[in-house]
Amino acid sequence: MTLTKRVIPCIDVDLDESGEPAVYTGVNFEELKYTGDPVEMAKRYNEAGADEFVFLDITASADGRETMLETVSRVADEVFIPLTVGGGIRTREDVKETLRAGADKVSINTGALERPALITDAASAFGSQCVVISIDAKRRYDERGEQYERIDGESCWFECTIKGGREGTGVDVIEWAADAHQRGAGELFVNSIDADGTKDGYDIPLTRAVCDVTPTPVIASSGCGGPEDMYEVFTDAGADAALAASIFHFDEYSIDDVKAYLADNGVPVRY
Amino acid sequence: MATPEIAVVDYGLGNLKSVTRGLERVGATVVITDDPSTLEQADGVILPGVGAFSEGMENAGPFRETLQSIAESETPLFGICLGMQMLLTKSEESERVGQGDVTGLDLIPGDNVRFDEELTVPHMGWNELTIEREHPLVDGIDGEYAYFVHSYYAVPSAQNATVGTTEYGAPFPSIVASADGTVFGTQFHPEKSGETGLTILGNFVSLCS
Repeated sequence: MTLTKRVIPCIDVDLDESGEPAVYTGVNFEELKYTGDPVEMAKRYNEAGADEFVFLDITASADGRETMLETVSRVADEVFIPLTVGGGIRTREDVKETLRAGADKVSINTGALERPALITDAASAFGSQCVVISIDAKRRYDERGEQYERIDGESCWFECTIKGGREGTGVDVIEWAADAHQRGAGELFVNSIDADGTKDGYDIPLTRAVCDVTPTPVIASSGCGGPEDMYEVFTDAGADAALAASIFHFDEYSIDDVKAYLADNGVPVRY
Repeated sequence: MATPEIAVVDYGLGNLKSVTRGLERVGATVVITDDPSTLEQADGVILPGVGAFSEGMENAGPFRETLQSIAESETPLFGICLGMQMLLTKSEESERVGQGDVTGLDLIPGDNVRFDEELTVPHMGWNELTIEREHPLVDGIDGEYAYFVHSYYAVPSAQNATVGTTEYGAPFPSIVASADGTVFGTQFHPEKSGETGLTILGNFVSLCS
């Protein structure tokens, strides 16, 4: 046996109307639906056999930060599996505070694009193993895509975006992935703005391109509609871990359902 | 029976909260301390650690004598991850950065070596434990998965110091113990290894009772 492929549930946490942290899940692209209490959900996934747990703070407001760190700490009390926390991490001090609250890894997106030195800074201070670089990739069908092999019959490239895909940065995802690895990123968390919420499967060409360009472990995200999609991203794209939210949150599949399917199809999983 | 008091050595490195919570979950009272006499009076001692060998030994330097005297006593001493590597004699990691004279605690004679170049490091994720010989730490464990994050692994000089192995490229020792059995360590993080990890922490707490 060797390293298993990891199955990771993820929660998006915002503050509700009364200022309490709550999990929200996107349905039909735009609409966010109240899904549950972050601590209760963490506890449930820990017991259900999740390989890791991802907590994303989607408040994006400075005043919510204290509340979120306190929630991270309560989540950390309940999970005896690795805990990754992301959202709004811009400085080494943010990384330190998040780790101190009980996270094992931090996921950094905009903060690293704005200041790539943050990756090296965080990795040398706390170790590469806790620095996860998160990328929100969006397909662009224009002349810059000439360097890519043709995807879906068209010339296409992948752009790093911020603000949930609403703003482009001009940075090429594949180049950024290689750069992030060189700077000391321990893992790459690859989201697809195009696949997000579709349940049509992960963006395989995107995931494969990132896996091919760096030895850094890749966590595929966005688009999971069921166990077959996880199978595809592990075997066809070479992802090390696959993340899903709504299929687990809305009880369409359990962690066990997914792992049983993967194990039956020859994918090594902890099951 | 009184609740065993476990001391976690605080030498300024790593996330001590996770291991503390794990120990509490399995019924221990935990004190995080840098005070030698508190360490010596505890029913069991955990040497945690993440990061580099030289830095770890430098930070643990003030505790060297205390840890050696605990090792000579009946009190169980449990090293986790880098804490386990520090139980051995030396590490290629410090040799690579020109600090080859940095010695470990030498409580389990042996060396820490780096994985083969062709393997992706760190070895990170869930991997399987194969138990090679009996030890109370691994009661009820064989074939379970544990969570690893490391680039170097321990190679104890004595063959029977290897309690369990894990395969990454080739089998490597993932659970080690001293000849008298009171000093031991795991390369993986029991506090991050779900139910399997809690079983191991529970076995440790039983040993300290």
